[in-house]
Amino acid sequence: MIDTLRLTAEEANRLLAGGQVSSDELYAAYGDAIAARDEELHCYLHVCEDDPGTGIPIALKDVIGTKGIPTTAGSRILEGYVPVYDATVVMRLRARGLRVLGKTNTDEFAMGSSTENSAYGPTRNPWNPTRVPGGSGGGSAAAVSAGLAPWALGSDTGGSIKQPAALCGNVGLRPTYGTVSRYGIVAFASSLDQVGPVARTVRDCAFLYSLIAGRDACDSTTVELPRPVELPTAEDLHGLRIGVPRELNEADGIEPGVRAAVEAAIELLCGLGAEIGECRLPLSVEYGLPCYYLIAPAEASSNLARYDGVRYGFRARDAAERLEMYERTRDEGFGEEPKRRIMVGTYALSAGYYAAYYGQAQKVRTVIKREHDAAFETFDALVSPTSPTVAFPLGERTTDPLAMYLSDLLTIPSCMAGLPGLNVPCGLSEGLPVGLQIVGPQFGENTLFAIGHALEGALGFDPVPERLR
Amino acid sequence: MAIDREQLLHVAHLARLELREEEVERLGAQLNDILAAVSKVSELDLADVPPTSHPLDVVNVWAEDEPRPSLPVDVALANAPDREGDMFRVPPAGS
Repeated sequence: MIDTLRLTAEEANRLLAGGQVSSDELYAAYGDAIAARDEELHCYLHVCEDDPGTGIPIALKDVIGTKGIPTTAGSRILEGYVPVYDATVVMRLRARGLRVLGKTNTDEFAMGSSTENSAYGPTRNPWNPTRVPGGSGGGSAAAVSAGLAPWALGSDTGGSIKQPAALCGNVGLRPTYGTVSRYGIVAFASSLDQVGPVARTVRDCAFLYSLIAGRDACDSTTVELPRPVELPTAEDLHGLRIGVPRELNEADGIEPGVRAAVEAAIELLCGLGAEIGECRLPLSVEYGLPCYYLIAPAEASSNLARYDGVRYGFRARDAAERLEMYERTRDEGFGEEPKRRIMVGTYALSAGYYAAYYGQAQKVRTVIKREHDAAFETFDALVSPTSPTVAFPLGERTTDPLAMYLSDLLTIPSCMAGLPGLNVPCGLSEGLPVGLQIVGPQFGENTLFAIGHALEGALGFDPVPERLR
Repeated sequence: MAIDREQLLHVAHLARLELREEEVERLGAQLNDILAAVSKVSELDLADVPPTSHPLDVVNVWAEDEPRPSLPVDVALANAPDREGDMFRVPPAGS
């Protein structure tokens, strides 16, 4: 009997290598779990009947192009779209025998923090189905927590891997910008988008990262890793200096329960031998969110121009002429959030406003990068809450876009600087998971894994939602 | 700086979005809220700060100019909403 709620990918690989379980048995066990629990949770937009391979299964966020398997990015405008090639990350997983279980739910075009912007309905949080799983990668995070996949891939532009991992109580890495190929990924904001792993343990997360990272000739923004990925083993943190940015830890809106869990985790890091000190990121936190909500929509308005009803995806019916076809296709095909961002982005890039909005935001980005560089002269990593709040009720923020945007207040600054960030669960508040965000310098993933692994061991957090135990 | 109805429709046209009347009203209000919030970036005097367009210092990635096989026409057209022979078919250009 395979307990998909508890089985780690590492253990599954060991059982498979030892002949105690077959690839087909593993694949079927997750298929059964999906059949039993996904009607309630709606983690998957598409469940594969089967998928070739000799290894263990994986779930993929539905922005990742999969040959022969529908890929919608949570949007009506891509309804019925079946990619004719695999994304590079998918080819790399297939080369290792991994089998795709299905495609997980996402806010439309990865724009959102709750999956409520999915055109196909929201995903529910496995810890409490009246709460959101976070977003945009809520489907991947909820699937891993609910035992509907041993691990998954997500994508992160301003927090879409880290924030759902925090709200669902699992481990998520947003890698250093440029270390994972985006070839075959539905583009949102190209100077920010990164693909990354979601898993139940830090070691699984590190291993999955090692499978997908590295230069890809099909994505000219990628680079080779300067050092190979190290699977963490150390139980202590002697010799590491960890900074606690005051503004990220004392921001308005951080719930007391979240703050308490994070403070306790920082105490534990100190007990494990790390040297802890305070630092400052004042401009990054104050200007990070407005900077992001100019740059991301501007780039999105350009990337989403390709959805015109000509070559693939949805086309509005019965348009008499071409311009009408474009405009009606886009009006009927895009949901509210992509439209808002296309409008903001188009405005910010339009003649007369470019310098004041997009140009200025790019300069703010330099300021954010410099502040982080300065912090990393003293510290090996920075810690804070990942999300200011635990999982919030469905519907709570859907009518107020700005309230939803605040969900990413603490994840956005490091994304703007292209830095890696790891979410590790660090406790419960109101019976819901709290996540610790660990941010490193560029290519600092191994340090993040080391800190996360030692903390995981010391905390003993049970990642299985209480109601499913 | 507030965006009025005329500007909103102009931006929608630039973005090739045909907004319905109820969308014009709702989006107009939301856009003004969002623009007011993001305008915060203008508080900073950054005249001497260079822009960051890309977080990694990567310049001029060269590749060999080698021909490779591309998708067969039928595969490339597999997702076409409408096709005629080896071409995507679209409605005629307006006057």
